[in-house]
Amino acid sequence: MEVAESKSKKAGGRLCSTCNQRKAALKRPKTLEQICRECFYEVFEEEIHQVIVGNQLFKAGERIAIGASGGKDSTVLAFVLSELNRRHNYGLDLFLLSIDEGISGYRDDSLQTVKRNEIQYGLPLKIVSYKDLYGWTMDEIVKVIGLKNNCTFCGVFRRQALDRGASLLKVDKIATGHNADDIAETVLLNILRGDIARLSRCTLITTGEDGPIPRCKPFKYTYEKEIMFTYAYFKRLDYFSTECIYSPNAYRGFAREFIKDLERLRPRAILDIIKSGENFRISTSTKMPEQGTCERCGYISSQKWCKACVLLEGLNRGLPKMGIVRSRGQNNERTKDMKQNKGTKNIESKQCGTLDF
Amino acid sequence: MQLTLEFGGGLELLCDSVKVHNVDVVPPKGSEKLIMKDLLSWVGTNLIKERPEMFMKGDSVRPGVLVLVNDCDWELSGQLDTTLEEKDVVVFISTLHGG
Repeated sequence: MEVAESKSKKAGGRLCSTCNQRKAALKRPKTLEQICRECFYEVFEEEIHQVIVGNQLFKAGERIAIGASGGKDSTVLAFVLSELNRRHNYGLDLFLLSIDEGISGYRDDSLQTVKRNEIQYGLPLKIVSYKDLYGWTMDEIVKVIGLKNNCTFCGVFRRQALDRGASLLKVDKIATGHNADDIAETVLLNILRGDIARLSRCTLITTGEDGPIPRCKPFKYTYEKEIMFTYAYFKRLDYFSTECIYSPNAYRGFAREFIKDLERLRPRAILDIIKSGENFRISTSTKMPEQGTCERCGYISSQKWCKACVLLEGLNRGLPKMGIVRSRGQNNERTKDMKQNKGTKNIESKQCGTLDF
Repeated sequence: MQLTLEFGGGLELLCDSVKVHNVDVVPPKGSEKLIMKDLLSWVGTNLIKERPEMFMKGDSVRPGVLVLVNDCDWELSGQLDTTLEEKDVVVFISTLHGG
């Protein structure tokens, strides 16, 4: 910090456009304003508060689980929510909820970060593991299926694990750290995949309100750049970042890179894509998958069996490709297997991560 | 010119997992000053050990990598044209890794 002050001449001509006193430290992507650190912290937290209030994300007295991966977004979310809860008397009981996929050398480290967050913010932490829920760690799954479709397993299992952990914690809602960049990326991916059902859902700030545990995204309008700037760096928050060892190229995802390229040309593009996603009108004659429950585990599913159960059945029967390959199967055995979940949409190995929570 | 370079958000993995580098960089021949553009090509040659495409794109950092010069967004100081001075601290953080 001292360094910055003594070296102010470089950006010396640029004063904060909000206070007109201090040196600007950041160019805000959302507004292109140049703003000093102090004013930025204030406006950053205030904007998130307005999103929470304006969209009625929480009600007083609710128990809220923060999906905590140990990464920057969820770490910042835990910090901001506990701060705003105190400052504005939301009256929320906040918890940290983490998933242990069982990836040695990767999740071990990030869970350490979450454990430190537990102490730093005084929020109770619950960790649920794939091993406990499904009987398999990701390490074991990769041994069986290799590195080709492992992200499919991980993504499907994680989604459910978060719900199961949340019901163990008896929370009313889950808050996740998805930011504006993530959502813009998901809009693009859903358009590219032609996934109408997800496209109409992915821009909603709260989803699953008809289900047992709704989810919300307080960072829906928050740029990744600002999350990074404010907290991970200036406030030197404890956060963890590394690549999943099983998916070292996941971040190369086309959509992600494309979004970042757009942002460089015109930062507003991110909010514009979200807006376009919101404005998509799905024709009423479009047949949408019906939401039911899985006959095997009771989890929400548009098929007879939920995706996690199909994948798990494959693993346990030694047919790990079940549920991954296209149903126009190469062999009869598999075709038969696929019939019980007819029409199950193929989830191609997509990027690791949490694109469509 | 003595500079402190910090890599974060996963970029340290490209340079032997070392986050902070104290380096001495000489301005290019025929030039008295060192600008960010020079520094980036120096970093690309001297510090990045693997997957340079994760750090650079064209002659700049790849989109999604944040650059701070003395705690200040480089978008405010002229990006590639930012002039560096003795003992400056330059930070590179990638947002491209998981959240």
